[in-house]
Amino acid sequence: MDFINITVENRNGERQELELPTDMGLSLMEALKANEYNILATCGGMALCATCHVEVLQGGEKLGSMSDAELDMLDTLPDAGPDSRLACQLRINDAMHEAVFKIRGEEE
Amino acid sequence: MYTTDICIIGAGPVGLFAVFEAGLLKLRCHVMDVLPQPGGQLSEIYPQKPIYDIPGLPAVNAQELVNNLMQQISPFKPEFTLGERVEELDHQEDGSFIVTTNEGTKVRSKAVVIAAGLGCFEPRKPAIERLEDFEGKGVSYMVKDPENFRNKKVVLAGGGDSALDWALYLANIAEKVTLIHRGDSFRGAPDSAEKVVRMAEEGKINLLLKSNITKIDGNGHLKEVLVTGHDKTTNSIDADHLIPLFGLSPKLGPIANWGLNIDKSAIEVNTYDYSTNVKGIYAIGDINTYPGKLKLILCGFHEAALMAHSAFKYIYPDKHLSFKYTTVNGVNAF
Ligand SMILES: Cc1cc2nc3c(=O)[nH]c(=O)nc-3n(C[C@H](O)[C@H](O)[C@H](O)COP(=O)(O)OP(=O)(O)OC[C@H]3O[C@@H](n4cnc5c(N)ncnc54)[C@H](O)[C@@H]3O)c2cc1C
Repeated sequence: MDFINITVENRNGERQELELPTDMGLSLMEALKANEYNILATCGGMALCATCHVEVLQGGEKLGSMSDAELDMLDTLPDAGPDSRLACQLRINDAMHEAVFKIRGEEE
Repeated sequence: MYTTDICIIGAGPVGLFAVFEAGLLKLRCHVMDVLPQPGGQLSEIYPQKPIYDIPGLPAVNAQELVNNLMQQISPFKPEFTLGERVEELDHQEDGSFIVTTNEGTKVRSKAVVIAAGLGCFEPRKPAIERLEDFEGKGVSYMVKDPENFRNKKVVLAGGGDSALDWALYLANIAEKVTLIHRGDSFRGAPDSAEKVVRMAEEGKINLLLKSNITKIDGNGHLKEVLVTGHDKTTNSIDADHLIPLFGLSPKLGPIANWGLNIDKSAIEVNTYDYSTNVKGIYAIGDINTYPGKLKLILCGFHEAALMAHSAFKYIYPDKHLSFKYTTVNGVNAF
C-alpha cells in the first residue's frame, strides 16, 4: 500500500500530520472525516453543498484544475478565496504529498 | 390562526410523507417551511439528481419524487405555510401547541412533528463586521418586493445566477445598481452573464469584479459600502441597500431552544414511535438521532408511519385504532 503525508490545520489553527493511503480511491473529504475531523459534507461528495471547503496553504498548484461544479459551488461561498477547494473533489494521490490544508467549512 | 390535528415543521420528503400516513388515520396536517417550495434538500440542493434507493423506483429524479409525494398527499388536503420560518413552539394548558412563524402566522395543533431535516435553510452571510446590525436597516438577503428598491442605490454581492438575475432586474428599477463579485468572470447562466457585462459597458450597472466588501457603515441605516479590490485599493460606494446573495445553507435555528434533548444538532427520539422527550412532539427524518440512525429518505418514511400511529393514540387516547392496508379501503380523501 502506498501512503502520502499531508498537514491539516483545524478551525482553531492546530496542525496535525496525516498519513493517507493513495490506493483506496478516497477523497480528501472522506479521509478527513475518517480522521475524526468535524466536517458536515451534507451532499456526500458531489460538489453540491460546499460544507467541505478547505483552503490550500501549500501545494495547491499540484492539485489539478477544478471542475465546473466545484467552481460553481465555491462561487456561492462568501468566504472563499483564491486558494479555496472542495475537499470532496480532491483525490488522495501522489500529487498531494506534503500539501497543507486548512479546514474552513461549516461544523457538524 | 390555523387549527389542525398535526403541525408538521419541514416540507422535505419526510414531512410530506407524514401527511399521507396521518391522512390514512384521518388526521389533518398543516405543513410549514421556510423555503418557498416544498421538497427540502431534494428541491433546494439536488433537484436534477437521480435517486436510486427509493423502494420500488429503480431511479427517480429528486424533483420528480417531490412532485409525486405532493400528488400522493393531495387527497388529504394538507394546508401549507411556505416561505416562513418557524420561531416559537408554545404549550397550551389544554395540551395543544401553538407554533408561530417569523411573520406572525400561528398554527394550533394537537401534536407537533418536527421534520426539519438538517435545519432551516438560511442565507449564507459574508463575514463583514456589523453586517447583522444593519439587517432590516438596509441589509437583506433576498428580494421579496423589488418595488422596495425603486429609485434607491442598491449594492448586490455574489457571482451566481441570483446575483446576475437580480442585478439585471433591479437595474431598471433602482437609481443605481452595483454588483460586486470576487472572481473575474461569472459562472452563472452565460446569457445573464453576457447581459450584465453589456449593461456594465453601457453604464447601466456598476460592475466591480475581483472585489470584496470589507466594511459597511451608516447611521441607523446603511449609507456606504467599502469595497476592496484584489489590487488592494478601496472604494466607498453610497448605498441604501446591500443584498448579499450567496445561496442557502441549513442551520438548526430556533428548534434548539424548545426544551428538546439535542445531540450534535439532532433531536434524540425513542425508536418505539419517534417521540421526543416532550409528550406530543415527534421528530422524524434527518433531524432526529438514535442508535443506528441513517439519514436516508426511506428511513424517514418508516419513521413517519410509526409516528402517525403513536400520534393518533396520543390525540385520541380512548379511540380504537384498527390497522388497515391501503389495498383494503384505498385512500379515502377528506
Ligand atoms: C446531494 C444529496 C444527495 C442525497 N442522495 C440521497 C439518496 O440517494 N438517497 C437517500 O435516501 N437520501 C439522499 N440524501 C439525503 C436526503 O436528501 C435526506 O435524507 C432527506 O432530504 C431528509 O428529508 P427530511 O424531510 O427529513 O429533511 P429535509 O429534506 O432537510 O427538509 C427539511 C425542511 O425543513 C425546513 N425547516 C427546518 N427548520 C425549519 C424552521 N424552523 N422553520 C421552517 N422550516 C424549517 C427546511 O427548510 C427544509 O426544507 C441526499 C442528500 C443530499 C444533500
